[in-house]
Amino acid sequence: MVFMNAIRNFLPALFFAFQATLLQAAPMGDADARHLLTRAGFGAAPADVAEWSGLSRQQAIARLLKALPADSTAPPAIDYTPPSRLRAMDDEARKDFQREQRRQGIEARAWWLERMLVAPTPAAQLHERMTLFWHNHFVSSVEKVKSMRLMLDQNQLLRRHALGNFGELLHAVSKDPAMIVYLDSATNRRGSPNENFAREVMELFTLGEGQYGEQDIKEAARAFTGWSIEPETGAFRWRPYAHDDGAKTVLGQRGNFDGDAVLDILLAQPETAVFVTRKLWREFVSPTPDEREVARIAGRFRGSGHDIRVALHEILSSRAFWATENRAALIKSPVDFVVGTLRGLNADVPDSRALALLLRTLGQDLFAPPNVRGWPGGEVWINSGTLLARKQLIERLGRRERIDTTAMLDPAWQLK
Amino acid sequence: MDRRDFIKTLAAAGVAVLVPGLARAANYGRLLILVELKGGNDGLNTLVPYADPNYARLRPRIGLRRDEVLPLSESLGLHPSLQALLPLWQNRELALVQGLGYSAPNLSHFRSIEIWDTASKSDEYLAEGWLARAFLAVPPAPTFAADGVIVGSQDMGPLSGGRRVVALSNPEQFARQARLATAGEGGKGGALGHIQRVESDIRQAAGRLSTGGASLPTEFPAGAFGNTVRTAAQVLASGAGVAVMRLTLNGFDTHQNQPGVHASLLKQLAEGLTALRAALLELGRWQETLILSYAEFGRRPKENQSGGTDHGTANVHFALGGRVRGGLYGAVPDLTHLDGNGNLAHGVDFRSMYATVLERWWQVDTGISREALRGRFPLLDFLA
Repeated sequence: MVFMNAIRNFLPALFFAFQATLLQAAPMGDADARHLLTRAGFGAAPADVAEWSGLSRQQAIARLLKALPADSTAPPAIDYTPPSRLRAMDDEARKDFQREQRRQGIEARAWWLERMLVAPTPAAQLHERMTLFWHNHFVSSVEKVKSMRLMLDQNQLLRRHALGNFGELLHAVSKDPAMIVYLDSATNRRGSPNENFAREVMELFTLGEGQYGEQDIKEAARAFTGWSIEPETGAFRWRPYAHDDGAKTVLGQRGNFDGDAVLDILLAQPETAVFVTRKLWREFVSPTPDEREVARIAGRFRGSGHDIRVALHEILSSRAFWATENRAALIKSPVDFVVGTLRGLNADVPDSRALALLLRTLGQDLFAPPNVRGWPGGEVWINSGTLLARKQLIERLGRRERIDTTAMLDPAWQLK
Repeated sequence: MDRRDFIKTLAAAGVAVLVPGLARAANYGRLLILVELKGGNDGLNTLVPYADPNYARLRPRIGLRRDEVLPLSESLGLHPSLQALLPLWQNRELALVQGLGYSAPNLSHFRSIEIWDTASKSDEYLAEGWLARAFLAVPPAPTFAADGVIVGSQDMGPLSGGRRVVALSNPEQFARQARLATAGEGGKGGALGHIQRVESDIRQAAGRLSTGGASLPTEFPAGAFGNTVRTAAQVLASGAGVAVMRLTLNGFDTHQNQPGVHASLLKQLAEGLTALRAALLELGRWQETLILSYAEFGRRPKENQSGGTDHGTANVHFALGGRVRGGLYGAVPDLTHLDGNGNLAHGVDFRSMYATVLERWWQVDTGISREALRGRFPLLDFLA
């Protein structure tokens, strides 16, 4: 009897597993190809759909996650201006400088958009998508950093690690000069800690809210003392005399930790993999993470030593990713909406600077997320103002109206 | 599904939205304008306890001296950049409510503003904003252009999860563009349902918000907050019914080199509010308007080594309006009893401010107010 029950319970599971295997091995067809390409990249150009529909899901995922040759396109050459030079400027020079900064701001945004618009393959698009994902995870904003040079350097860093190892990315971005400025690490010194980075690294980069106490933040802030930048060059600088090398207790562990040691403690917490997986789920699958699945995927992610490709592979292979109820369940970000629409229509974009400005109206000004939590996304993307702006773009594209920079003459579009 | 059906459905589902036997009426002819000081305004350098030796001790670099502040009393003075508000103070149309906060304060911007927006306890997670809940219980008239209008932010704040809320930056442009909004089938859930709701809100609001090109004689200050205030005044000039406007002034997260930045923000705030008052007087609505400021938290009493301040707790807020009884309210911050993080204890629960809005300003039934705020909070006495 027990045996029969076991068979009865086991057979359907076996059947589903078998069916799933079949599905994964068969050519996925147009609808699946469009779903995968839209979610993993930006839009789905007809030629790509035609090509990818012949692949099985597993083949397609493997192809998406294959390592790419490095994109050698250099970002625009923008100099770093040390604060001392800024202070020495007279009013006239400062005005010129601010005008030049606005121009650079638009150039840099256009360059990034161009990378997304011309990314040649779906794998390259996924790389772009993940670069943007990390920009919205390890947030810095040019509004505070004030140097587009440092923001572009950070962007290059995010690109290098976009599909690499989350731990390496965390260590690197924490010492990235733009981040040092953005979260006030440069003013975090022995005896006079500034808690900004310590708080956000726990709340927003690794553990998530509620997984640590105020005392953990205070102690961690002491460990992060000494990380700074060289004001004349904008390069990272370790200042041993500013570092507090006393004993600290962080998340129950005690030692003479420095910043890297605290980051390792944060990485070792299972909550970190869960927190990042949940965010990936909301990016690729649905607004409502399935906690059991998240736990499973986070386990693999953590077990791989935080290999981002492993997490993505698990997410894209999950049943939930392909489920009917999760299709058309995500509201596209403005970048996804604009780049995806243009790519999907094979539309000609003579000047991506205009698009950079349009994105600001749509609520996603690249290099300038609203605050350290980044763009909240989801339903927040759509309000009365942004919905109308999206409809206007579609209308203009429908009329084959040129999307050019004339709109930039409108002062409302001026970037700070 | 319209609001009434929605409420019926909720009631049918056994959700106690409606308390039987309560008068379901509110005086939404009275306007509420919320001004968010985003990032956490430094209350101690806004209403300065200049005579308190502890203040000078905690703020050796960024503290304001007795001869710098605009004295309001023997012990308290306004930041000099709030000069433009002095006539309102003298006219007794400006109240300052001190010590607003909550127990077990959270020092994260996002969590703490969520607590303020949803009127939750520190360890309670609510989905809807406090105004959205109030409007669900007692909806503004269907003839209103919108329940709420948001200017200067994309975030719905205290109106999140509510219906009939529009965010805009220019009412004329909004009316022109609104023709793109189409009537949907409605009744869908999820992402599509959200988009359809926004579309329907746009259609309802658009026709009524156009000013027909009428311009106000009021002069508005230059800058982001000046523009925000101008937009708010334009919306009101259209004569359209709106129960709440929420305006945002960004940039109060002053971790370093605070004095210059803070002075400029407070100047923008004071001049913007003065212009808004002038416009409301022009429109004959000043008597029927209450302006309240709010923020996620105040800042730490002890300055940091970067010439700034870190995240704090209890804070002072402004209440202005034709029916405001000017003066000082709430609890004076006690700089000698700071918590483990070096922060102030709160003297007045922030939900007392909200209860005052619901019960005294809009004259909503006490039972409904308590339902919407999920508790009973003593009222503040700054309204005539």
